[in-house]
Amino acid sequence: MSLYFKYLLILFKSQMQYRTSFWLLSIGQFFIPFSVFAGLYFLFERFGHIKGWDFFEVALCFAVIHMAFSLSECFARGFDTFSSLIIKGDFDRVLVRPRSTFLQVLGSKFEFTRIGRLLQSGIVLIWALNNLPIEWSFVKVVTLFFMITSGVFIFTGIYMLAATMCFWTVQGLEVANIFTDGGREMAQYPLNIYQKWVAQFFTYVIPFGTVNYLPLLFILGKTKGNELLYMLTPLAGSLFILPCIFVWQFGVRHYRSTGS
Amino acid sequence: MIKLEGITKSFKVAKRSTGLRQATKALFYREHTIVEALKDITFSIEPGEIVGYIGPNGAGKSTTIKIMSGILVPDGGNCSIMGYTPWKNRVDYVKNIGVVFGQRSQLWWDVPVIDSFELLKDIYNVPEQEYKTTLNLLIETLELKEIMNSPVRQLSLGQRMRCEIAASLIHNPQILFLDEPTIGLDAVSKIAVRQFIKTINQEKGVTVLLTTHDMNDIEALANRVILIGKGSLLYDGKIEELKKRFGSHKTITVDYRKNINSIDIPGTSIIHWSPEHAVLSIDTEKILTSEVITELSQKVDLLDVTIESQPIEDVIIQLYKEFQI
Repeated sequence: MSLYFKYLLILFKSQMQYRTSFWLLSIGQFFIPFSVFAGLYFLFERFGHIKGWDFFEVALCFAVIHMAFSLSECFARGFDTFSSLIIKGDFDRVLVRPRSTFLQVLGSKFEFTRIGRLLQSGIVLIWALNNLPIEWSFVKVVTLFFMITSGVFIFTGIYMLAATMCFWTVQGLEVANIFTDGGREMAQYPLNIYQKWVAQFFTYVIPFGTVNYLPLLFILGKTKGNELLYMLTPLAGSLFILPCIFVWQFGVRHYRSTGS
Repeated sequence: MIKLEGITKSFKVAKRSTGLRQATKALFYREHTIVEALKDITFSIEPGEIVGYIGPNGAGKSTTIKIMSGILVPDGGNCSIMGYTPWKNRVDYVKNIGVVFGQRSQLWWDVPVIDSFELLKDIYNVPEQEYKTTLNLLIETLELKEIMNSPVRQLSLGQRMRCEIAASLIHNPQILFLDEPTIGLDAVSKIAVRQFIKTINQEKGVTVLLTTHDMNDIEALANRVILIGKGSLLYDGKIEELKKRFGSHKTITVDYRKNINSIDIPGTSIIHWSPEHAVLSIDTEKILTSEVITELSQKVDLLDVTIESQPIEDVIIQLYKEFQI
């Protein structure tokens, strides 16, 4: 873990060599989800609520998934841009160093400009929380924290699956964006507004629902039945990364036997 | 120390065809051919040796290095390096080796060199005290002092290569694999790199295997060469013997004061002649180079003499003819 921070530090130093582009990109990253959020705002301005969800409830949903997304893009960028590591042949270097490939790829790249996006979703989070009549308890704070971190795990898992594909295809596959960008867009609304199969897909296959919709019901006090179960769903969702790590290791083995 | 036995490796390569129509077809279906990159490679290297691993492009040099450094798993054969099988227990094994890929950097591009070294120290878990001693030695012998605080992207290729080699030695490996360490370097940097490789070999007893296309590297460093061509081992032994066997011809170029007499010497043949300049080919099995020069100096007033050995490429071409591959 300490090595991960050392990677973080050296790449942060590198980033600071290009300050102007860092600031410009960060500002850009601030405004991209901002425009999406503005759309959300005007939608509710017009219709008031969607399937019983009001604006601030959805805003909370939005903030959680966007925070998770920006954090994962910042800290798991190595997997997101893994194809460049393969194309340049730098993955060979990873293999001759006595550390796990997981840690080294994770530490190969960070995207610090996502701070802009994080800031934007942070503001939305605070705004939403201030306007929601939530009876806060310690458990609920912990749940909110788990929602964001588990979201990071799920996004990272998808990046890893896409990265693993690079062992076969060399070039990065845009298809993964359906699940990262697409998943993010879907999960910024409570899942029950969609068709049942969509909700099921994003609960059981790619478990965005478990970090967002289900625990949100608990925080907002909308649950029916066992509350504990709803509270623990983010933890279940974060397990998504385990099969991804397994698949990744399979990919590394394939690479080492084919060298391509 | 290093032992390879019957290593084989083949790759599946997609056939590339020309033309738009073929390219479109290749989007959906590709024919593959199996390329045998390595065929039954067997050799062993003793501790403290410097071995030159040579062969033309695509001969399988890099594949061998990749197998020996644990990156690739071979299709067949055994490999034992310091008691490890490189492709098993990767993490434990690679602590003992240093690898330099001449064409790729292992340093972090935008930060000072020293930062890269510090991070490598953490990656390899080198104790602080040991790190300091090693680093001081490296800085001294490679003359890195002035460039330690410059970002890597501002270094010249020669400076960068010195840093690359230093970076691969931070963890005090016992074996060093160098894949084309002198590629693209100017003469001064080449000599500096060679000198350093020699130093660490003599002082620290590091076993070195290097690939190169520059025969001067081999002549300056290695007593032993392993020659590989099209995946097969062609020669393993002393460099002098290789030359004796296949490269007994030297080219001698002389400039002299105007002289219209013939300079015919038995055992040589004249490639080019003018009253002030001549190029001779010497068969060193028939006459020694020194004898040719002695005879020449008696016949003409020598101004300048250049002697060139047969380039390794020619030797390899001859070897190919002999092995009919």
